[in-house]
Amino acid sequence: MLLQISDLHVSVENTQILKGINLEINEGEVHAIMGPNGSGKSTLANVIAGRPGYMVTSGEILYKGESLLDLSPDQRALKGIFLAFQYPIELAGVRSRQFLKSAIDAVRQYQGDSDLSAREFDKLDRDNLETIQINPELMKRGVNEGFSGGEKKRSEMLQLSILDPKLAVLDETDSGLDIDSLKLVAEVVNRRRKIENSMILVTHYQRLLTYVVPDFVHVLLEGKISQSGDHTLAQQLEEKGYEWIKDSLGESVNI
Amino acid sequence: MYLDRALTEQYKADFDAVSLSSKDPEWLKEIRQDAISAFMKNGFPVKASGNERWRFTNINPIVRNKFNFHRDNLLSDISNQDIRNLVPWDDNWETLVFVDGSYSEILSNTHSSGIQVNNLADKLQEDGAAIRAHLGKYASIDEDGFTALNTSFLYDGAVIEIPENTHYVKPIHLVFISSGTIENAISCPRTLVLVGNRSSVTLLETYASLSEDEYFTNSVLEISASSESSVEHFRYMIESPAAFHIGTTRVKLEENSTFKSTSIATGSRIARNDLNVLMDGTGASCILRGLYLTSGDQHLDNHINIDHSKASCSSDQYFKGVLAGQSRAVFSGRVLVRKDAQKTVAHQSDKNLILSEGARINTKPSLEIYADDIQATHGATAGAVAEDALFYLRSRGIDEQTARTLLVVGFAGEIVDKIELGALREHVNRLISNDSETFSALT
Repeated sequence: MLLQISDLHVSVENTQILKGINLEINEGEVHAIMGPNGSGKSTLANVIAGRPGYMVTSGEILYKGESLLDLSPDQRALKGIFLAFQYPIELAGVRSRQFLKSAIDAVRQYQGDSDLSAREFDKLDRDNLETIQINPELMKRGVNEGFSGGEKKRSEMLQLSILDPKLAVLDETDSGLDIDSLKLVAEVVNRRRKIENSMILVTHYQRLLTYVVPDFVHVLLEGKISQSGDHTLAQQLEEKGYEWIKDSLGESVNI
Repeated sequence: MYLDRALTEQYKADFDAVSLSSKDPEWLKEIRQDAISAFMKNGFPVKASGNERWRFTNINPIVRNKFNFHRDNLLSDISNQDIRNLVPWDDNWETLVFVDGSYSEILSNTHSSGIQVNNLADKLQEDGAAIRAHLGKYASIDEDGFTALNTSFLYDGAVIEIPENTHYVKPIHLVFISSGTIENAISCPRTLVLVGNRSSVTLLETYASLSEDEYFTNSVLEISASSESSVEHFRYMIESPAAFHIGTTRVKLEENSTFKSTSIATGSRIARNDLNVLMDGTGASCILRGLYLTSGDQHLDNHINIDHSKASCSSDQYFKGVLAGQSRAVFSGRVLVRKDAQKTVAHQSDKNLILSEGARINTKPSLEIYADDIQATHGATAGAVAEDALFYLRSRGIDEQTARTLLVVGFAGEIVDKIELGALREHVNRLISNDSETFSALT
């Protein structure tokens, strides 16, 4: 098993957001986490990546059998965890090239490889820019500096492709994207679907899931996974809305 | 003003000792005599005196120390390689090296016949008429004790005269080295730059040290830019952490002339970059950029004063600071727009990145406006490294130290990337990336 989350409780600024998440992800699996706004989807994504400010009050996250909770965000990244941000950060003046190369070299050093030569990096960068259709001119700016929403998400996909993590968590990468960008994100995800890569797609809508068929779909409501199923669950949600889950659970859920 | 008779007397004694042996022309002796008189009368501008110009900078550590002036640098075994290792170097530049205030021909690297670039000591002997018309006309001995003291010990420095209609292509690099061979040395380098009508020049001043001892650099630079001329100026201050540095720059701009200046400042226990620009002709413009990096218990003061006295001039100040440790920085940028200076455009901005809880910035951009048809903006910010930016970098596997360095380099990049002198730009980039001390005092 790659990732095992058990009874995870997380609070942000003293408000309990996650109230007992249980989730198991095996190598090669793609899981979609769906849910309405405020259900805790992004919290789950961020807590896996180790974002400061997210307090794990109880429960455990095991990655390859080892607890992630005491690891810094960079240590988690080196072990193969990647978070595609819902709102990618603009890093004024930090050159994209230097940022990407620092990230690649950090991983390579961790794995005992030598740093990438400038030429090797250029090739990797060029190939990926082309596939992900990012205007190379953008890369002359600071990281994400002045990028449009779609460009920022493409930049996340570029980093995902170049860093090639074992577990990628995409936090609402699909939100706010035009159809071309959405297809491109799906393409990147589908290309990465192999036995050694696992992915968590956090999404509000079913839209992305028409292009990427997940192995499992989980519905998050009020900090708990209220239902899990295969990809047909996403379609049902699309047709009937989150109210349907609430009704089927027969309890009062505030959406 | 505060006056410690005993201490000023000691400088007077040094003054008397060196002037006795001097064979300089009478007019120069008079300039020095007037300066030491002004210094004896006014002393140093200590904070306690309530002097607004020095409000945020306590110079007592400089005042209490007695620094020794020596006319000629003691023979030391400094090699050209020592200099190259220390400062930005480009063989194509005209490089004049001064050691403890005195010109060193052997360490310098000049190409031309030397008509336009000279060390001041030689120039003073041979002629003087042109120099006499300008020397001390822009930096006043009555303004404060530092300029008076520099002028009292005015023996060496550089004279740069660019005739009319001349584009002096080779950057001129003035390197001021403190050697540490004289205990508690004071050096008073003086530079005069005269740029003729429709001419241009690029000037870099570098202040650096081969020793970690206490010393005091008290420099004065005067620039007179005639109409339609342009001056590109860089000031690179990388003194030792124990140094004291007061750098006074006075610039006069005539009609349609431009002055672009970039100051990169680090090092020194107490340092001041004191820059006045007088817009003395219509259509003149200046762009002043600055980057200051402080750490430990340093104190670094940028004191900028722009005097818009004529119409249709523009000025732009863009400063950035990175502060670590217990250091303190000051940005005081004053823009004066006089009654007749209509159509003035003036912008000023100071942004600071505060890396530790103990560091502090006093920033005081100010506009004083007496004309009614002008455009002016000012602003200042200070903040820590953004946590979300740090997390973003770390989520990509970059360790915290490297992440902070990338963010600091990015922050500074806005100033550094605009430096067109390649060797200088690279030197600054290396300095920022390698200066682990600056980044080790992290919270």
